[in-house]
Amino acid sequence: MQELIRQEIIPRLGGKSLIELADSARLDLPHTTLAFTTDSFVVWPLFFPGGDIGRLAVCGTVNDLAARGAKPLALSLALIVEEGLPMNTLRRILKSVSDAACQAQVEVVTGDTKVVERGSANQLFITTSGVGIMPSNLDFTPGRIEPGDVLIINGAIGDHGIAVMSVREGISFASSVKSDVAPLAQMVQKVIKGCGPAVKCMKDPTRGGLAANLNEMAQNVGFVLEEEKIPIRPEVQGACDLLGLDALTVANEGKMLFLVCPDSASKTLDILRDHPLGAEAAVIGRADDKKRLVRLKTALGGERIIDTPYGRELPRIC
Amino acid sequence: MPVKSSKIDTKNLVKLLNQLCERLADRPIKVMEVCGTHTVTAHSTGLHSLLPDNLQLISGPGCPVCVTPAGFIDQAARLALEHDVQVMTYGDMVRVPGIKTSLEDVRRQGGKVSVVYSINDAIAVAQQEPNQKIVFLGIGFETTAPATAFALQRAQNEGIKNFIVLCAHKRIIPAMEALLNDPAISIDAFLAPGHVSVIIGAGAYDFIATQHRRPCVVAGFDGEQMLMGLVQILTQLVAGQVKVENVYRSRVTEQGNRQAQKIIDEVFTPSMSIWRGLGAIEQSGLNIRPAFADLDARNIFDLGPPEDFEPSGCRCAEVLKGLIQPSECKLFAQQCTPSAPVGACMVSREGSCSAYYKYHKAGAAS
Repeated sequence: MQELIRQEIIPRLGGKSLIELADSARLDLPHTTLAFTTDSFVVWPLFFPGGDIGRLAVCGTVNDLAARGAKPLALSLALIVEEGLPMNTLRRILKSVSDAACQAQVEVVTGDTKVVERGSANQLFITTSGVGIMPSNLDFTPGRIEPGDVLIINGAIGDHGIAVMSVREGISFASSVKSDVAPLAQMVQKVIKGCGPAVKCMKDPTRGGLAANLNEMAQNVGFVLEEEKIPIRPEVQGACDLLGLDALTVANEGKMLFLVCPDSASKTLDILRDHPLGAEAAVIGRADDKKRLVRLKTALGGERIIDTPYGRELPRIC
Repeated sequence: MPVKSSKIDTKNLVKLLNQLCERLADRPIKVMEVCGTHTVTAHSTGLHSLLPDNLQLISGPGCPVCVTPAGFIDQAARLALEHDVQVMTYGDMVRVPGIKTSLEDVRRQGGKVSVVYSINDAIAVAQQEPNQKIVFLGIGFETTAPATAFALQRAQNEGIKNFIVLCAHKRIIPAMEALLNDPAISIDAFLAPGHVSVIIGAGAYDFIATQHRRPCVVAGFDGEQMLMGLVQILTQLVAGQVKVENVYRSRVTEQGNRQAQKIIDEVFTPSMSIWRGLGAIEQSGLNIRPAFADLDARNIFDLGPPEDFEPSGCRCAEVLKGLIQPSECKLFAQQCTPSAPVGACMVSREGSCSAYYKYHKAGAAS
């Protein structure tokens, strides 16, 4: 996917913002700075433990704005509906969109609906775009990260990916795992308000999990993580073991990674733990000077590389 | 909230391992792990980074996907494309390059290829669609062979006539014996696989100590188990002993699982088998017995033994024998990557090259 974007899309379309490949683009206007983002959602099944495609479509875009430090202002919602989608299903999903938008304190202000013939979509695809107001004097980009900065996450990893896979693959023992899908903008705003420029960079580790996203952030620095400090539920670890997956590559939809100055780490933790979506926040590692290298200090006491995951993860056979 | 599994005193194990290796400092030690899961654990837990300089843990031919000959993929592909069967397999096989094609290509061409997590899923589909021939690819060592055997017995007993198996199951012991008999290969000891040993029992490795005078320790699949196994091996080497030991006693007995052995014996018969990279090894495969000929794809579609084939420049054969590290192959990380694998060892996540690629980077520590 990254190859497709870098080789085919950016050379043809790339402006300054697109080349950055940030979660949101920064738009500097005369009196304000906006963040602007868009995302498409094709999750299957449409409903999964802890959420559905509607909630995901709102939270995904809100969190992309949040990662840039923006306060979400408004969303657009485009629906591509496959002919034959039961009306009740659509109603349930729209209710979910409304609830999530309400929770995120953001309004859906424009939209579009297309119905396509049977077989042209998998029941329902949703695209949301969002704008938010950025603090004009602060930006939270990987370029600001320095060796020594502390890496914090607001809770357990892998819940979303495993919740979806448990339904898709029929893994009964993981059925208690609920997706972490949640709008994080308010929590992030509290951290920014409390710690200001000590917050260097933020990223929501969705597709590709911590592994993909930390590798993306490791431009001028490297990261070293401590396996024993990374929060993960036993049932998520169990499902990963069964499917032969590395939990660090599994998707999250309600997590944010924060890189903060060492002397603001405990304050960041306090603010996060005071928020319902950050109760399990933990310091999981730090940035170092080994550029473009993400390493894991393992529970066994060893060390290994965390690389960008490739291709579709397939289960092992024995 | 609990994080990862509780930490045994691994520091002491590492210290002990270092002390033992110091006593053998004049000699480099090569221990072969004969299991894909061990390979992955050794890389994912950072075990390699903890080993003393003179101790090398090398991967053997223990990844079932990697040792299945390329011609087997082509045979399965032909069944899907020319005989309108639905091929069902465990996930990793889908991307393995055959000689001319892969099952992923077959799927793109409209052939029916699906991934299952359990052979029972394949039986269930066969029951739901009685007019569709289902060909399940029987891959793996003694770990997965009992499930295939049980499925064949069930299909025969219940008259599920459209459930067919294309069998490439393998036996680990003849392969280990072939490696030990190869003068080009120097292995000081074996770390024997936990899952296979649950079935065949620790006693199956006795010949390694009695005939080949090398230590062999059965270990489970976490980092601590592997460390314990290595400590036992080094203890033997320091003391000049050779014996089979078992640090996975919670699961592995001396005799193994007699019931599973019995069902393997009822359904399969040992036969010559071709291993990708290793060639033909006597008694190393499992053929379906004539009593189940009606469910045997080789018989139904009149298939011969699969051809072996190595792409030009690919050194999987030497990797599988532990003769070279993946990075010594010129194709590694250049033409051969997990997204575009050339050799089988790069396809399966349990393959040496794939694990090496995923957990190492040039210039990185360890």
